[in-house]
Amino acid sequence: MSKVVAVTGNEAVANALRQVNPDVSSAYPITPATDIMQRFTSFVSNGQVKTEMILVESEHSAMSGCVGASAAGGRVMTATSSQGLALMWEELFIASGSRLPIVMALVNRALSAPLNIHGDHSDGMGARDCGWIQLWSENAQEAYDNTIQAFRIAEHMDIRLPVMVCLDGFIISHSIERIEYLEDEEVKNFVGEFQLLNPLLDIEHPVSYGPLILPDYYMEYRRAHAEVMSKVPNVVVDIAKDFEKISGRKYGLFETYRLDDAEIGVVILNSAAGTSKDVIDEFRDRGIKAGLLKPRVFRPFPYEEIGNSLKHLKAVCVLDRADAFGASYGPLFADIAASLYPYKEKPVLTNKIYGLGGRDYLPEHAELALNELVEIAKTGKVKTFREYIGVRE
Amino acid sequence: MKLKGWKKVNPGAVVTEGGSALEFKTGSWRAFKPKFIEENCIQCLFCWVFCPDMAVKVKDGKMVGFNYDYCKGCGICALECPGKKGNKAIVMEEEGK
Repeated sequence: MSKVVAVTGNEAVANALRQVNPDVSSAYPITPATDIMQRFTSFVSNGQVKTEMILVESEHSAMSGCVGASAAGGRVMTATSSQGLALMWEELFIASGSRLPIVMALVNRALSAPLNIHGDHSDGMGARDCGWIQLWSENAQEAYDNTIQAFRIAEHMDIRLPVMVCLDGFIISHSIERIEYLEDEEVKNFVGEFQLLNPLLDIEHPVSYGPLILPDYYMEYRRAHAEVMSKVPNVVVDIAKDFEKISGRKYGLFETYRLDDAEIGVVILNSAAGTSKDVIDEFRDRGIKAGLLKPRVFRPFPYEEIGNSLKHLKAVCVLDRADAFGASYGPLFADIAASLYPYKEKPVLTNKIYGLGGRDYLPEHAELALNELVEIAKTGKVKTFREYIGVRE
Repeated sequence: MKLKGWKKVNPGAVVTEGGSALEFKTGSWRAFKPKFIEENCIQCLFCWVFCPDMAVKVKDGKMVGFNYDYCKGCGICALECPGKKGNKAIVMEEEGK
């Protein structure tokens, strides 16, 4: 039985965390993620969860606390944004390298300087290679559903890796939407009991975490990590099937929208995908075969499946809500281009950087990209491969 | 010892056996080497207490020398050694001299 509510993205994530009822949380507030932990600490104070809440003095300590609690043998979660994620940087690698199944909500926000609290993807993209799994969410419903599934993915005995659940700062975190909550009991049964793997607190079987691994073994551990990453997609799909049984909502590695017979398409992450779908409907009404692909699992990036879904298109625009300064293209573009590289026949690709620091992504931006793609599909000629849109000259 | 392949390493490099530091010999890191001068030793065992590894050999309650397989040459033993009448029982010497 699900319950329909009107809540913000942060409220939805906090409620998912209440329903999961983790053993330990170690957190430090930062806009726009603050609201998640503020709500969660109320659940702790009110006795609605049995979580041991550790309030620390920085995000560096927040993630360190998560690493320690997870190694000790607890189910652990936290939340952060932007500079907070940046300050966690070294612990992100320690969490993944030590194979600790920590779940973290990342409410995407621009990085300083200049100081900005609004949504873009530069925080999450900066951490894309840190060995964590990343799930991206278009709206509050997806953020809620991804948070619940993240625990199952992270804690799967073939995986044991930390998971970041990304949602757009303010646009999703602070906007009220209609979403469906699962019953507490359904979530509890879905995530199940936490399974232990080499817990530090098992004094009958003493273990050490974090040993020095020199050139004679370091590469073997990295190769093993890469192997685990390659097992993630199947696990994510299996868990999504189980989730569909209790929620009725389908999830995969990515979402396609009117893509099967499309000739042109856009690839875009998170909230801006919703706006783009509306515009695609308008183009379809005019007889233009437009479609969309929205990655959900960005790490590990499902290269084969995404390449296979896009290869039949004539032209594709990849929209990035983050720039990779000095790189040839934006971070999402780079992975999309790599996924299409093996194919002889493949679409022409363009890249647009949009929405930095919370700049609105408007229907006219999607129209601009799609109109260009129509031209490219017709003539095969590209005016600009890479540009900023929605920026004043 | 045959090195393990990537399929055989423990997840997250977790060490699941106690006392495994015995298998990890670090003597090759050393640039300075402690030299034991027995006649200046008062058997206080400060060197054994302060050694961060297990390089000080003790037999029947007495300091008897060093296990250089584990000595990184940090010099803590030489610093802490009170010696006898102002003469140290442990002095550091440059390796290779």
